[in-house]
Amino acid sequence: MKARVFVTLKTGVLDPQGKAIGHALNGLGFRTVGEVRQGKVIDLDLAEKNETAARASLREMCEKLLANTVIEKYEIELKP
Amino acid sequence: MVWHADSEIPDVDLIVLPGGFAYGDYLRSGAMAALSNAMRDVIDKAQKGVTVLGICNGFQVLTESRLLPGALMRNAGLKFTCRGVGLEVNETQSVFTRKYDHGQRVVFPVANGEGNYYADDETLDRLEGEGRVVFRYADGENPNGSVRNIAGILNEKRNVLGLMPHPERVVDPLLGGTDGRAMFESLLEGLG
Repeated sequence: MKARVFVTLKTGVLDPQGKAIGHALNGLGFRTVGEVRQGKVIDLDLAEKNETAARASLREMCEKLLANTVIEKYEIELKP
Repeated sequence: MVWHADSEIPDVDLIVLPGGFAYGDYLRSGAMAALSNAMRDVIDKAQKGVTVLGICNGFQVLTESRLLPGALMRNAGLKFTCRGVGLEVNETQSVFTRKYDHGQRVVFPVANGEGNYYADDETLDRLEGEGRVVFRYADGENPNGSVRNIAGILNEKRNVLGLMPHPERVVDPLLGGTDGRAMFESLLEGLG
């Protein structure tokens, strides 16, 4: 099973990289761009066949390593 | 010196997690290092009361391992900043700072790209209320956007200190300053 994990900063946590990207886009003439937030995408191959088990182990991976839950939140997407 | 794969730290009075970079700082600064074999025993010993000092990358490892609250994020100005900054010693009731005067102004170098301290307001109020903010960037000196100008904090038991600036780089006139000496003199006196 393939999984994709999105790690992004929590709402309210300042994202200077996102801000810089936003400025650059405005500078390129994309005037409609408002706030920009940057995050990470992590793709994983899993041996699990069962979706519930895969989600449970991915949640544990996120809590223990993939995200720092002090500042980041995560979303899990499974692709059977 | 202890190798990261070693699972036991010898019996010592002080454990120092120095600055630098660990595991390429992949994923987040200090994230992989916090899971290393050696850190398991550091966490265990810290919880038993052994004195632990984390400087720069060491501070990042301490927050990632949850020995200290909060997190260190990308500098607000996005640049790696390497220069001396003015700090205030905010707390002298600690084994790390007993030889400083309360409110003393010191200059320590910073050298980091991810030194922007962040914690939620509840945590920050608690840190301040319990006298655990040991170092603050002086007004107008904050080099990285750290919330409430926080440069260094203690854990609840006050045996673990993490700070982004480098006191060990100013311990001799040859290095360009001696403001950091009092920290090591404090430790020698307090742990001797």
